[in-house]
Amino acid sequence: MRTPKYLGYGRKVGLTLALISGFIAMLPHFAVPAKAADDINLYSYRQPFLIQPLLDAFTKETGIKVRVVFAKKGMLERIRAAGRNNAADAVLTVDIGRLNELQEAGVLMPVTSDVLNDNVPAHLRHPDGLWFGLTTRARVALVSRDRVGADELRSYEDLAAPRFKGRICVRSGKHAYNVALIAAMLHHNGEDATRAWLKGVKANLARKPQGNDRAQAKAIYQGQCDIALVNNYYMAKMQTNEKKPEQKKWAASVRLVYLNQGTNDRGNHMNISGAAVIKDAPHAVAAIKLLEFLSGDSAQKIYAEVNHEYPVKAGVAHSGLVKSWGSFKADTANIEGVAKLRQRASRLVDEVGFDDGPTS
Amino acid sequence: MTAETHMPTRPAIRFGRLAVDPWAIGALAVAVFVAAPLFAVLWQALSTSEDIWGHLVATVLPTYVRETLLLMTGVGIGTLIIGTGTAWLVTMCRFPGQRMLTWALLLPFAVPAYLLAFVATDQLEYAGTIQTWLRAIFGWQRPSDYWFPEIRSLGGAIWVMTLALYPYVYLLARSAFLEQSVCVLEVSRTLGKTPWGSFWGVALPLARPALVIGISLALMETLNDFGTVDFFAVRTFTVGIYDVWLNMSSIAGAAQLSLVLMVFVLLLIIAERLARRGRRYHHTTTRHQNLPSYRLRGGRAALALAACALPIFLGFVVPAGVLIGYAVEFHAETLSPRYFEFAGNSLGLSAFAALGAVIVGVVLAYAVRLSAHPAVTGMARFASIGYAVPASVLAVGVILPLAGVDEAMEGTTTALFGIPAPILFSGTVAAVVYGYLVRFLALSHGAVEAGLAKVTPSMDGAARTLGASPGGALGRVHFPLIRGSLLTAALLVFVDCMKELPMTLVLRPFDFDTLATFVYQYASDELFEEASLAALTIVAAGILPVILLSMTIVNSRRGGT
Repeated sequence: MRTPKYLGYGRKVGLTLALISGFIAMLPHFAVPAKAADDINLYSYRQPFLIQPLLDAFTKETGIKVRVVFAKKGMLERIRAAGRNNAADAVLTVDIGRLNELQEAGVLMPVTSDVLNDNVPAHLRHPDGLWFGLTTRARVALVSRDRVGADELRSYEDLAAPRFKGRICVRSGKHAYNVALIAAMLHHNGEDATRAWLKGVKANLARKPQGNDRAQAKAIYQGQCDIALVNNYYMAKMQTNEKKPEQKKWAASVRLVYLNQGTNDRGNHMNISGAAVIKDAPHAVAAIKLLEFLSGDSAQKIYAEVNHEYPVKAGVAHSGLVKSWGSFKADTANIEGVAKLRQRASRLVDEVGFDDGPTS
Repeated sequence: MTAETHMPTRPAIRFGRLAVDPWAIGALAVAVFVAAPLFAVLWQALSTSEDIWGHLVATVLPTYVRETLLLMTGVGIGTLIIGTGTAWLVTMCRFPGQRMLTWALLLPFAVPAYLLAFVATDQLEYAGTIQTWLRAIFGWQRPSDYWFPEIRSLGGAIWVMTLALYPYVYLLARSAFLEQSVCVLEVSRTLGKTPWGSFWGVALPLARPALVIGISLALMETLNDFGTVDFFAVRTFTVGIYDVWLNMSSIAGAAQLSLVLMVFVLLLIIAERLARRGRRYHHTTTRHQNLPSYRLRGGRAALALAACALPIFLGFVVPAGVLIGYAVEFHAETLSPRYFEFAGNSLGLSAFAALGAVIVGVVLAYAVRLSAHPAVTGMARFASIGYAVPASVLAVGVILPLAGVDEAMEGTTTALFGIPAPILFSGTVAAVVYGYLVRFLALSHGAVEAGLAKVTPSMDGAARTLGASPGGALGRVHFPLIRGSLLTAALLVFVDCMKELPMTLVLRPFDFDTLATFVYQYASDELFEEASLAALTIVAAGILPVILLSMTIVNSRRGGT
């Protein structure tokens, strides 16, 4: 139980050194450059490693640096609390729900820009320029190549059919992507039909909702289920994953199915990723420049090639892989109208106990 | 041991006939400063007319409450058994490897629960190493061919959190066992109790207050956890709070639910205080002799070794091993130049916060010792509730007062000098440190309080009789005596700050990452491999304090160095 004296000594020295080096490392951050420089401050709901290539290209072209905070919670509260002292200039989101939330909170700035209005089709931006879609993504079905017949699954409504009992995998019903899909179902089919549908899908689940979109493809590959709902770019990301080649096997075991493609049907559900300028942005001009850049040819091409999303700008080519899945009909329902139903959708998920999984 | 005597009466600065105790005033000010975010949460909860409760009660609230209670029960029992059992074995028994185990048992402390959850899933899910291996051996083809426990479940969460949190109980149980008077144990043995009998009949009841403190710390962390339960699809109260906030766009509703959560926590704190009440024993001598030890041999020694090694193996060796494997395999991606910047940020923030938390902890604990005024004790207790409020909600609570101060300062300087003051708090490093302080004060305050409790009040009396002021007595008498506890307090806060994620995410400045937020950006996409080196660093940074902690406890046994 004896502690040699030198150890006690080393403890003090070590701790002191750690403290001193820590303090020195922190010093630069106590100077607050928030309003001083011309750099843009960006709140991002997207992981920085996904958007860094775009931001680097922007800095190269304009000389404007972009500083990012990535968080999924608390951004709105931070913007709101700061009021006039707000340091954030722009915000990037991965779905329409967050854009709509920011808009309803009244923290967005109306932007009038010919460039943005030319690049972004009218149905993918707010009429007053409060937010702009930058890419669209389709929520599709992945089905097992071996265990699901060619025409077995045709629509979202089919997912509730008894023949799929114990065969469906999906992430939490509370995830923004699923909430948006359920909101779209509410928009098209009404509340009662959607509740019944959600109950049906729940009864067909193979397991309690869990994991991310890729994990659902993996579950099909492993034989846990036959059908999964995912955003389509994940398929491309798995197909081209050199770092984790096992994901290529997951992708190879499934087919991608666009839903509701019948002649008179409404088409596959779509969501957007988008951007907006904050009302009290200290660098609003630069922030608008960033949005314009993100909707322009070079950035849209990066979105298409690197992330395999659909560019919003007409004339920008889809990635080769995305093209290989064939063309499809997209649901053109008013995206803002759908977004307004997301709280209703979220409550519906609670009401049917979707996240409890198939057993209860 | 003597029962506690009453504090000497304190001198006061007199303004006319008004007696003002500077320590009480100071402590009140500090407590209000730390409690401001809690009041902000309270204020938010009350500032709404919308009612989410009808919907919640009719749908998911029963599930939240049930799963929360089950999780707490499981983790409580798990940490109690593992923490107390291992502490007893390594403190009172002698067997091969026992000395190393005394500090190694703290190692899982260094692994954040969310990392452990990821590694456990990686190994135990259907596609994981273990099941793939089983299928290869037995020729099973699909999930329906065999039964295997589902790791992404309540049971899985209980396991993971027990392994991540038992060191709290171990730490406190071990120091309780070390402190126990040898005489008591010797008497019990002389009177014919078996070693086990002494454990159940004497040591365990005497250690009870410490165990309750350890378990309540573990349970507060369990209540607060989001990462692990979210990953395991367990729907606890905290998950519900975030759901109300993000999917129903109601921060007010989330704050209301947080208040209910605080009631859970208040109950825990009351339990802890009640337990501490029975703990007012002070050693009258600093002379100690070596503890009696039961020498274990053969099968018993092997069993003891295995029992202590298993939690270390599962809670530390396996996750660290998996992370090292990834870090080596993906070293090209992980060793980015910014890695060192993030490590420096984590280190600096944690050091600042640890220092601040200890200072505030000392001020509060000493003021409570000096003054029994209910306002002082009440505020000191309230100020340490931050540990239990869901961290992201608390972060919003931090944002509000800071923004208010910034605005007030800007207004004042504009009015006085015509120049707006720079933004000093919102979205700066100061906000993050403040947030850590609010959140982790319970740890430092508790440790300092426990340390002070060991100093017999007759010391205060002697010092003050000899003419020392309260501050002088603190500096020259208490400080040298509780140095070990202060270091413990600093280290606990330091390690927790290194691991802290949700508050850092919300409060940090633009373009500022810590190791934890860096890990999160990949982990949130289930791409842990890219962040394995940063994750490993968080673990490594936690190891050193863990070892130092262990030494501190042993040193404290020798009546101060």
